[in-house]
Amino acid sequence: MITQKVANPDYLFFQSERTKLFITGSEAVNEAIKRANVDMAIAYPITPQSESMHLVGDAYAEGYLKDYFRGENEFSVMAEVSGASMGGVRVFTATGGPGTMRAFEMFPAWAGARLPIVCAFFTRGINSPLTIQPDTIEMAYMLDTGIIMLHAENNQDLYDMVLKAFVIAEQTDVHIPVGVFVDGFFVTHTRDDVRITPEDLKLPPYNPYSAPVPVMDMENVPVRQMRDPFVMKSNFISYACHASWQQEVLAASDRARRYIEQYLEGLVETVNADADIMIIACGTAVSQSREAMAAAAAEGINVGLIKIKCLRPFPTEEIRALTDKCKAVVVPEFNRVGWLAREVKATIKDNTKVVSGPKVFGGMTMPTDMIVDVIRRCKA
Amino acid sequence: MTDAYQVLPGPECFLPPAAASMGIILPRNSEEALVEGVIVSLDEAMEKAADKLLHARNPFFFPGPLLLWDWKEGVVEKGQAICELAGELNAGIIPMPDYRPKYPMINPAEEINPNHPNLTIWHNKIDVCVFVGVHCHYANIALKIIRGGTDCYTIAFCAEVGHEDAMITFQGMGLAEIRKLTEIIRQKKGGVAGDYAKSSKSGLSVFSE
Repeated sequence: MITQKVANPDYLFFQSERTKLFITGSEAVNEAIKRANVDMAIAYPITPQSESMHLVGDAYAEGYLKDYFRGENEFSVMAEVSGASMGGVRVFTATGGPGTMRAFEMFPAWAGARLPIVCAFFTRGINSPLTIQPDTIEMAYMLDTGIIMLHAENNQDLYDMVLKAFVIAEQTDVHIPVGVFVDGFFVTHTRDDVRITPEDLKLPPYNPYSAPVPVMDMENVPVRQMRDPFVMKSNFISYACHASWQQEVLAASDRARRYIEQYLEGLVETVNADADIMIIACGTAVSQSREAMAAAAAEGINVGLIKIKCLRPFPTEEIRALTDKCKAVVVPEFNRVGWLAREVKATIKDNTKVVSGPKVFGGMTMPTDMIVDVIRRCKA
Repeated sequence: MTDAYQVLPGPECFLPPAAASMGIILPRNSEEALVEGVIVSLDEAMEKAADKLLHARNPFFFPGPLLLWDWKEGVVEKGQAICELAGELNAGIIPMPDYRPKYPMINPAEEINPNHPNLTIWHNKIDVCVFVGVHCHYANIALKIIRGGTDCYTIAFCAEVGHEDAMITFQGMGLAEIRKLTEIIRQKKGGVAGDYAKSSKSGLSVFSE
């Protein structure tokens, strides 16, 4: 390990000289963690996430982290990172697919306890018969857990989002978990050019004394909540407190917008915003959509693209404004339910112009032609 | 709905929204503050807070753990400055020493709890209150509950980034800003200094003896 200096996040992200590496998504995660001044990481293997946390373990052996161990299972890992975060340290973990589902109870608990945990989710199928193949269906379940959800399109996004997630999560007025989601295999196991920040620079340490809740106070909720509960009582005070608590977690997510705009340069990225047909996509569906746009343009069809970088908080105002004048909205997705199309339909004024599809799942790739076919039907 | 949400004294409704989710945005620097949901200059907010406190029938300060416990350098001085300010206003002080749920009830004459702050407001007939030194999460929850169920005007002195759920909120509120507000109040009163030690309103015996 080389000696690292603490750098201002703005300098590290936007001004420092970057070096280009040809690396996998898993390796990009490791490079981000080595620069994130992480105190502790806890791992449990599951495909396609295993390699990234293995590499983070190597980073621990090199001295980049203060502590690292393997938990008993995904639920244990997510509970253990809760404890670490309550104790006032910066913590990282990763999981995916069935691992996400197994640990599920902990995600809303993280948000409710205002823990700025950063977790990478390497998505894969969760159905039976057992599959390890790419699929984003687990994200549908995560949408209302209270955590901030970023979705990486490629290896570069994954590197930047993991590194920046700590800074967004740890803002005093935010201070809720950030999940960085990425489509398993398509990104995790594929090499691509990634421009990384200098090896000798790292983020400032986490300051738990600016947290909106006290650090590891055993007398307080959530630690105390099962001992001396306002939680369990059936009266208005108890209900009002619970409701207000949940509202405050959602408010924290809303407050994150300004930091996501600052560090990720917006909740969305737009290409060709004036087109009659707009594609709205996130994750690797964005890359396929870029190819489809080019193919459609070659046929003389003018298509635009809205890449959603952040699903929670959802870019409601941005989507409304960008789809106000277009005639059709195409939403390609890597899952069977079309959860992003549901979100878009619930957001824009005239949702009859939203086409949910193409949808592929179970590990299937999404040929560009499938998207172009839908675009042609919209044009007809 | 086109009307901008305003953060005003209640009782607002059965379950009021969190102001941040209604589009209320905190200022980005401590040279500005929020008054009833609108970003204004720090000076304007200080004037407004001074007026509210001076015209209050029964103002109270609610110091939280970040001010009550001597946990870092400067806290004692800040606590003394708050006592001085409260003395200038002949205001009461009721502490929020921790956030422990104390079901079924606290003694509202002596304590305020973030989970049911309305009980203390009602019991003491408080019309203007100041939160200071309360961790942000608990302050936001308590301020929203107060807005929902009482007509109390809420002011938050926050050392971090402030609280949308208060009617007036300052951010980065340190010793200098507290003293500045005290001075504004002193000038508005005509320079007559108070003696907080003689106040009969305090909820803490250590202050009233």
